[in-house]
Amino acid sequence: MSKPKAPDQLDFEQAFEELQALVRQLEHGELPLEDSLRLFERGQRLATRCSQLLDEAELRLRKLAPDESGGYVEEEFEPEAE
Amino acid sequence: MLRRVSQLAMLGLQDRIWTPGELNRHVRQLLEGDYRLQDLWVAGEIANLSQPASGHLYFSLTDGSANLRCVIWRSEAEGLPRLPRDGEAVEVHGHLSVYEAGGQYQLYADRIRLAGEGELFQEFMRLKQKLEGEGLFDPERKRGLPRWPKRLGVVTSPTGAALRDVLNVLSRRYPLVEVVLSPTPVQGEAAPAAIAQALAALDQQPACDVVLLVRGGGSMEDLWAFNTEQVVRAVAASRAPVISGIGHETDVILADFAADRRTPTPSAAAELGTPDRQDLAVEIGQLTRGLRRAWQGRRQALHQGLRETWTALAAQAPQARLAGSRQRLDELAGRTALSLRHRLSLRRAAVEAMSQTLHAIGPLQVLGRGYALVRLSADEALVRSVGQVSPGAGLQVQVSDGSFSAQATTAPTETSEG
Repeated sequence: MSKPKAPDQLDFEQAFEELQALVRQLEHGELPLEDSLRLFERGQRLATRCSQLLDEAELRLRKLAPDESGGYVEEEFEPEAE
Repeated sequence: MLRRVSQLAMLGLQDRIWTPGELNRHVRQLLEGDYRLQDLWVAGEIANLSQPASGHLYFSLTDGSANLRCVIWRSEAEGLPRLPRDGEAVEVHGHLSVYEAGGQYQLYADRIRLAGEGELFQEFMRLKQKLEGEGLFDPERKRGLPRWPKRLGVVTSPTGAALRDVLNVLSRRYPLVEVVLSPTPVQGEAAPAAIAQALAALDQQPACDVVLLVRGGGSMEDLWAFNTEQVVRAVAASRAPVISGIGHETDVILADFAADRRTPTPSAAAELGTPDRQDLAVEIGQLTRGLRRAWQGRRQALHQGLRETWTALAAQAPQARLAGSRQRLDELAGRTALSLRHRLSLRRAAVEAMSQTLHAIGPLQVLGRGYALVRLSADEALVRSVGQVSPGAGLQVQVSDGSFSAQATTAPTETSEG
């Protein structure tokens, strides 16, 4: 198994899905004490990471604009306030 | 004329004298009381079109010999997909009334379409059958939506209410998503090509997980671009799954058929495309509690296992076994009067057997759980402390099903309890 990433390096999907899998593993697994403790601690950090991402996220908005070569670039875009 | 007046006077009837205003109002009421004149289509050619600073549109409809004056108020004129032009053959919808101040009756128009647009519905049905026949609307073509969209494309007007609605919903529900607007006009003659291009443009960029094709509500004419073959094909060709949210309740829009999922409004499209962070927060709370419960359960199970092992070990301890054996041997000795020597050899054999049992059962149970016994190769002493191990020391590691040799490569360090 490759070394798991630090929870604060994970995006929401990764952290959430690992947390789900980890709870299942801890519920049904017959892991030794040390492994169980490691899972528990990582799970707590994953949950914190998920909550933090949800609380702090701000919508990023960009707009496609044609470039000179016939393709598109993405530029910052502020929708007009009403 | 005089005679007629006198005749009426003879009948005792007074002539009624109208003012122009009274008369105009009366005629107006007559016209407005005729329901057939309040909801009608008139076909003709546009003439004398003018749009003064007020923004209202004035023109005449002519059939070559007769003229009908028409007005379209600014509020309606602004909603037209395109302004009419002089000489165009059109069909105008509105109601008939009187401009009292001018004494003119005229058509107060609210919709205007090019002559022959009534055939549009026929064309719509033909197109629908054709595209259906090609399989563009097949249920098997519909793709699932990702639970966690990272990048979400929006194809709509950059200035419309639809975009605002979508952004509001996304900020509220799932601000983790990255939004890429592919701007396009959504009505007018240029709209079909522009919408198709805006969809294709998203495919040229890093892939979106889902694309919203949205527009606010409008008349069937306003939404017409979404019924064109060009737009329908572009929806079907999109690499990312498309959710349509074209503002209408009952109207049928071909783009909806080609979309992977259809919703009735831009907001609904944004909701379908994203998870809700409030639900997610609840889920995370449940997972956190589940995690704590599972950990506590696991810890208890391990404690229990430890206690059982301990008890088993204690029962196998030599003193305990010896005490039981001694008693048994005494009984045997008493009954069979064995010689002292025999009793001693028996005891020795019993101790030997017990020691073997202990060796086999005790540690191996523990080893089976993933622990290992480490001995120094030099003297086979059990390693209990880092102090016993020097760098380079040879080690014998015993696990549940055998043992192997190892070597300490670095100076041991003490772990601190943490």
